[in-house]
Amino acid sequence: MTKIRASRRGFLKGASAAGAAAAFPAPFVHAQEPVTLRYLSTAVNQSPGIAQKAGEELGINIEYIAVTTDDVARRVITQPNSFDLVDSEYFALPNLVPSGNLMGMDASRIERADDIASVITEGTVNGKEVGLQGTAPAEVFYLEGQNSQSFATEPTDWITLIPTTYNADTLGIRPDLIDKEISSWASLLDPDFAGKASILNIPSIGIMDAAMALEARGDITYGDKGNMTREEIDFTIEKLIEAKNAGQFRAFWSNFNESVNLMASGEVVIQSMWSPAVTAVRTQGVPCKYQPLQEGYRAWASGFGLPRTISDRKLDAAYEFVNWFLSGWAGAHLSRQGYYPAVLDTAKEFMEPYEWAYWYEGKEAEQDIMSPSGDLMEEAGAVRDGGSYEERMGAVACWNAVMDENQYMVRKWNEFIAA
Amino acid sequence: MSEATADGARRFFRRARAKSATGAEPGAGKALWQAAPMALVFFVFFLLPLAVTIIVSFWEFTQYSIEPALVFQNYTDVFSGCLEELPGLCVTLATYLSTLKFCFLVWLTTLLIGFTVAYFLAFHVRTLPVQVAFFLLCTIPFWTSIVIRMISWIPLLGRNGLVNGFLIDIGVTDTPLEWLLYSDFAVVLALTHLYALFMVVPIFNSMMRIDRSLIEAAADSGATGVQTLTSVIIPLAKPGIIIGSIFVITIVMGDFLTIGIMGGQQIASVGKTIQTQIQYLQFPIAAANAVLLLIAVTFAISALLKMVDIRREL
Repeated sequence: MTKIRASRRGFLKGASAAGAAAAFPAPFVHAQEPVTLRYLSTAVNQSPGIAQKAGEELGINIEYIAVTTDDVARRVITQPNSFDLVDSEYFALPNLVPSGNLMGMDASRIERADDIASVITEGTVNGKEVGLQGTAPAEVFYLEGQNSQSFATEPTDWITLIPTTYNADTLGIRPDLIDKEISSWASLLDPDFAGKASILNIPSIGIMDAAMALEARGDITYGDKGNMTREEIDFTIEKLIEAKNAGQFRAFWSNFNESVNLMASGEVVIQSMWSPAVTAVRTQGVPCKYQPLQEGYRAWASGFGLPRTISDRKLDAAYEFVNWFLSGWAGAHLSRQGYYPAVLDTAKEFMEPYEWAYWYEGKEAEQDIMSPSGDLMEEAGAVRDGGSYEERMGAVACWNAVMDENQYMVRKWNEFIAA
Repeated sequence: MSEATADGARRFFRRARAKSATGAEPGAGKALWQAAPMALVFFVFFLLPLAVTIIVSFWEFTQYSIEPALVFQNYTDVFSGCLEELPGLCVTLATYLSTLKFCFLVWLTTLLIGFTVAYFLAFHVRTLPVQVAFFLLCTIPFWTSIVIRMISWIPLLGRNGLVNGFLIDIGVTDTPLEWLLYSDFAVVLALTHLYALFMVVPIFNSMMRIDRSLIEAAADSGATGVQTLTSVIIPLAKPGIIIGSIFVITIVMGDFLTIGIMGGQQIASVGKTIQTQIQYLQFPIAAANAVLLLIAVTFAISALLKMVDIRREL
C-alpha cells in the first residue's frame, strides 16, 4: 500500500514536470494551478521554513492563518469553511468533535500512522504509562467513524488529529534572581516570590498550573486536575484569590510575547511558561531555566485535522502535505525549536547526531546548537533542561484539558481576575 | 419591537408622501431619499448587529453550540451572587465599580490636562499659524498605534525601568517602586496619555468660538482672571467639555486592552469579561454582558447630554 502510494506520488511529480515541459511548445495543454491550503493554527506553530520547504518539494502553497489558541477552536466551530487544514490542540477536541465540523483522518492514507509516538496514541513512553489526567491525546485519538461525533475507545481507522507538535510544560525561572533550589510546583505560590510570580490568563491552562501548585503544596488532592468538580474549582479559585490578594502575582500573561517580556525584564522570576518562550528569553542573553519539577510536567499536543467540507484536489493535497510533514524534514525543523514531532525516527534522519543527542538524549552538546534560522541557541557543553525525551515526556503528570464544568470554571476564573 | 419600528417607518413615509403630494413640503420626499444611504448604513452596521446581540443574549448555549431560546439564565448568571453576597460586592458589580472608578479618574485627569492645553492654545498663542503648529504638535503622538504608545510605558515604569533607575540614582528610594507598573496608577496614566487629545480638540474648538470682546468686557467690568475663567470661559466652553467627556467616558467604559496590559491582567474590566466569554464560545452570556454595558453607557451619556443641548451648540 505504502509503496504504491509513494510511486503514485513520484509518478504525479514526473507527470506534472512533463506537463510543464510540454506546455511550452503546446500552449493548449492545460497545466493545473498549484493547490493552496489555508492552514489555521496559532502563530507559534507556523514556521515559515516549513511552508517554504513544502512549496519546494510538493508544489503546494501553504497559506498560514495565525490566531490565538482559543480562536483556533472558535474558528473551527463557527467558520468551518474558512480553512483547509487546522492545527489544533487535542484538548479542544471534546468541543470540536461534537460540532461535527471536523472529519476523521483516514489512517490508511497516512503512511506513517503506525509510527506515531506512543505517548500520543497510547499514553506510554517506552511501555511505561504517563499521567493521563486532563484531556490526554490517547483518550481522544480515534473516532468511531469518519463522520462520527464521538470518540472510539479502541483504535479505529479514523484519527481525530495527526500530531504536529507536543511538549511537556513546566515552570520557567530566572536562576540569577532566585537563590534557592526550585524542585516543586508549590514554589509558584511560595511567599518568598511574592510580587514576582505569574501565571497565564488562559483559564483552562492557568487553572491546571494552579492545581499543580496547590496539590504540590498539599492543600488538596484532585480526582482529576483536568476535569475538576465544582467543589474543586471553588477551592482552587478561593486559594488563587487568597494568593492574589496577598500580592503573590506581579501580572498575568495571555500570550507568548508577554511571558517573554515579563521574564526578560525581571518583573517576574518564576512563572508558568512555554518552551520556546524560555529559548526566546535566553537568546536575549538573559539566563532562564525551564525547571523540571518533582510532580512532573503539564503536557500538551496539537495536530492536523480536516474540515468536513474539504474534498477533491484539496483533500488529496492535505493528505500529501500531512504525509510529507511526518516524513522527517519538518520534524527535524520543529525539534530544533524544542518541540517534539509525531514520528521520531524520521526526524532523526534529518538531524545531525550531535543535535539528536542534545535534543532527545539529554546529552551535552558536542557543538554549538543552532536554531532553524541559524541563530546560536546553546553553546557547546550545554544540556537540555529536563534531559532526554524519555525523562521529559515520561514524567508527564497531566494534559491540557477542557473540563466538563468549563462554563462554571470560566465564570469562577473571571471572579479571580476581578478579585 | 422590529414591527413597531417598521410601523413607525411606514407611517412616517406615508405622512411624507402625503405632504409632498399636497405640495406643502415639496422637498420632504427628496430629503428622505438623501437620508436613505446613511440610514441604510446605520441599519446594516448598527441596528442589525445590535438586534442580533440582544436576541442572542436570551439564547441557551453549551460548550460547542448555541440554541435559540428565550431564557433569562444569562442575565441571572451575570448577577449571580449579587443578592446573597450583600453587603459585599458580587463579581459583576465589583467589575463595573472598578470600570467606573477608572472612568472617573481618567475623565478628571484628561479634563484638567485637556482644558489647560486648550486654554493655552486658544488664549495665549496669539497668531493662527503658531496655533496650528502647536495643535499639530499635540497630534504627533497619535501618529503611532495605540498599542505601541501603551507598551512604551512598560520599560519606563518597570521594576528595572528608567523611572525606578532614576529615583534610585537620586536617592529618593532605595528599593524599586512596585506600584509604578501593573497597577491602578499605570492604567490611569496610560489611559490619560492615550485619550487626552479627545478632550483637547472639542474644548479647543469651543474656546475658539468664544467672542473675544466678551473677555474684554469682563476685564473692563473689573473681573479678575479667575472670575473671567469661571463665569465666562468655562460656561461657554461647556459644550466642548461635555463632548470630550462623552468621548473619554465611552472609550474607557469599553476598554479592556489598556486595562489588561497596564494592569498586568490583574484588574478586571467589563470588556475583558466579555472577551474571555467570547473566547470560550459563551456568546449568549457575552451578549448579555454587552447589553448591560450598553445600558450603562447609554445612561452615562444621556446624563451628560442633559447638561448641554448639543444640537444647538454644534
